[in-house]
Amino acid sequence: MTTVWIVVLVVGLATMALKAVGPLVLGGRALPARFTGVVALLAPALLSALVVTQTLGADEGLVLDERVAGVAAGAGALALRAPLLAVVVVAAAVTAGVRALTG
Amino acid sequence: MTGSATETRYRDGARRIAPIAVAAAIFGVSFGVLAGSTGFDAVAAIVMSATTFAGSAQFAAASVLGAGGGVAAAAASASMLNARYAPIGVSVAPVIRGGPLRRLVESQLIVDESWALSRRADGSHDRPILIGAGLTLYVGWVGGTAVGAFAGDALGDPQRYGLDAAFPALFLALLVPQVRSRRALAAALAGGAIALALLPFTPAGIPIIAASAACLLGLRAE
Repeated sequence: MTTVWIVVLVVGLATMALKAVGPLVLGGRALPARFTGVVALLAPALLSALVVTQTLGADEGLVLDERVAGVAAGAGALALRAPLLAVVVVAAAVTAGVRALTG
Repeated sequence: MTGSATETRYRDGARRIAPIAVAAAIFGVSFGVLAGSTGFDAVAAIVMSATTFAGSAQFAAASVLGAGGGVAAAAASASMLNARYAPIGVSVAPVIRGGPLRRLVESQLIVDESWALSRRADGSHDRPILIGAGLTLYVGWVGGTAVGAFAGDALGDPQRYGLDAAFPALFLALLVPQVRSRRALAAALAGGAIALALLPFTPAGIPIIAASAACLLGLRAE
């Protein structure tokens, strides 16, 4: 078996297991009371981390590039109560525009 | 709830995620192309998208292999990136029902975008939105990969269209309505700060899984 196929199978199985472990162990039941307070804060903590890593993350660690302008424009659209679709489109368009001007 | 009302909500999930699914499909094309250039045959690239279904981990694995890294390095970096799916899976477990096989299959539709979109204000998750959005993203991601792997790259770099900024903008838009309480705001600030502090120094994936520890603030009494 080639290296590529070993990686495909190992990563596939690992990811499927990571996604399935919670639903297989706890699926269909209300979360234990101890968990609920913790899990309620998972979304703000993780979403905030995803915003940071996907706006600033790169192979070299941290970079400031055109994405910062795009996400800032998206934040501006959010502040103006724009709908989700508009926020995403504004962020992409501003990033593409700044990239075209500076690239 | 009647069957047709539930069906409408599955479609609602599909409709609301559609613009992001388009971006995911274009990234899928670029994954198919990148994977081909790093020694994947087309079937391997498609199988990876169909089983792993997590873009950043797949790009990481292909890049490590392309740079001459071994199986262990590629698998470890991808698995670290996906470690967040363990706590994410726990948070949606109450709405993943049925027998073990069904739960195993449905849990594979959990990705950042479907998980975030399906979260209700009270912290629970909306099952039809999760499944409808997850399926739409799955079709886009796997279909895009197949196009890239077989037909190559007619669209060019997704970054040209600024699509790499679409994902953080989506997460920001989904974050804002969730920071209504002081605890949620504290968790968001702590999670963002942890990710920012670790980003320059640690391998990809570590900042996100470390940031999820901020939810332990929930152990404190109100």
